[in-house]
Amino acid sequence: MAPPGAGTARPRGRGGYWLYLVPSLVLFLAIIVVPLLMNVATSFTRWSGVGTPTWIGLDNYTKLFKDERFWASFEHNVALIIAMAVMPTIIGLVLASALFDYIAKRFGGRTASALRAAFYLPQVLPVAVAGVVWGWMLHPSYGAVNQIFGIKVNWLGDPDIALATVMAIMVWFQLGYPVVIFMAGLQRVDPSLYEAAEIDGASWWRRFWHITIPQIRPEIFVVLLTCTIAALKVFGPIFVLTRGGPGSATMVPSYFSYLNFFEKVNVGYGSAIATVLALIIVVVTFLFLRVQERDQESES
Amino acid sequence: MNADRTFRQPGRWAVLAALVVLAVVMLFPFVIVTLNAFKSPAEYSSGGPLSLPHGFYLDGIVAFWDRVDFGLKLWNSLLISGVVAVAAVVLSVLNAYALGIGRVRGRLWILVLFLVANTLPQEALVYPLYYLSKEVGLYDSKLAVILIFTVIQAAFGTYLLSSVLGQFPRGILEAAEIDGASRRRMLWGIVVPISRPTLSVLLIFFFIWTWNEFFLPMVFLISNDNQTVPVALGVLQGEKMMDATMSSASALLGIIPAVAFFLIFQRTLTRGVTVGAIK
Repeated sequence: MAPPGAGTARPRGRGGYWLYLVPSLVLFLAIIVVPLLMNVATSFTRWSGVGTPTWIGLDNYTKLFKDERFWASFEHNVALIIAMAVMPTIIGLVLASALFDYIAKRFGGRTASALRAAFYLPQVLPVAVAGVVWGWMLHPSYGAVNQIFGIKVNWLGDPDIALATVMAIMVWFQLGYPVVIFMAGLQRVDPSLYEAAEIDGASWWRRFWHITIPQIRPEIFVVLLTCTIAALKVFGPIFVLTRGGPGSATMVPSYFSYLNFFEKVNVGYGSAIATVLALIIVVVTFLFLRVQERDQESES
Repeated sequence: MNADRTFRQPGRWAVLAALVVLAVVMLFPFVIVTLNAFKSPAEYSSGGPLSLPHGFYLDGIVAFWDRVDFGLKLWNSLLISGVVAVAAVVLSVLNAYALGIGRVRGRLWILVLFLVANTLPQEALVYPLYYLSKEVGLYDSKLAVILIFTVIQAAFGTYLLSSVLGQFPRGILEAAEIDGASRRRMLWGIVVPISRPTLSVLLIFFFIWTWNEFFLPMVFLISNDNQTVPVALGVLQGEKMMDATMSSASALLGIIPAVAFFLIFQRTLTRGVTVGAIK
């Protein structure tokens, strides 16, 4: 495909590299672009999945903004962002810095890595399997937690506590990720910073606040961004643990759209939910990257 | 200074103790699941969840294994994740070669497109994919899931690998060009061998990420013959027919492969976990 005679210094022109993109672009078109556009188009229709969709303009969206379950599902999303992004980041920072700056120095690196591995282990599970584990642990009649403490709490079936229970499970699941990322980040911090601070008599807390956090800012951004997106998308644990219930106490947008697609066969309405969710995620991603960019500029 | 040392002595143990307690809490579900997977239902109801099993009672595990044909689920998961990992790495390499080394025009936009594709919620694609796969007769087939995840993982791989290959030492490529190497030879003979460490990290990540997927496989793989491990376990969760120890046996069967991969790939993963951080 090289254009003949494109120049003597570069016998093969640049155009040829395009060929390497062709397989991906074809697949990408068929599996991402076309379905995404179809989803947006469907969101303007009433459709049960068979027959011809009826065009109804913005009706799905106006209905959506009046739908209490829709708003509730986003409130639950915020709760899950706290459980999956904010809390693991805060706890992870303290743990990573305690392991790196305290345990590793006073009890050796092996103790620190063993503890890190223990914190990380839940992260290796498929999230659906983590749900199976906790579904069993918290089973109202034979679950291990109730048996051990001799209590009768319906952790996932009581609408007042179901969301809090799911949040706690997600903190357990997510915590190891920031710990590992932050510890890796701390490795590139110049040790003389810590040594100088220690000689000056700075307390652990001051070192944490004035060295650790500013030095691993990029890692904190990455963790917050990826965990926030994961929380907005969360589906597996909700499906396995509560199916959005009891009532809609743990309903989230992803499960709400699934419900409309495949159980209520309100495909148009489900598409509208999915489109709004996709928009929110894309906007959140761009905002984060923007803030990060500005942060790096002011740093340099 | 000396007084300070002795004063701090109990404090340093307190920090360690607090972290060990937290580690025990984190590991507690793993221990409890393992303990009770080897108990009979009668033993569970008499001894409770914390007692040690009297022997190696395997009936719960065997019964669950047979009921869901777990060997087949393992094979399905291995096949889907393995093919996706290899195919997605190949696609990522081809794309990154064009974008990172070839620097084709419009590459920034192509990269943004891939990044957006990777962050999109699967809910925004699922119904059209479901509809289209039925139209072309791929619904309820492993091939449909393989194709979809190959593209999704390759979108991330392209994004990552393009920036890695953007830093590729130009001198080597120019020397090869002068020697008359074709583009294809430069890719497979030079670029791929030199970036092998990054590619192996990507391969492992793609494998594990695909293994862990739940939503799309759950929608697409409805027949028992095609289901993956997380789908089979997730769908069966909370079924009335399962007693306490069989439920914990099912959880254990989900845990074992995941922990095994973690142990096998640990070295590569801890080196590459910061790579995965971008996802």
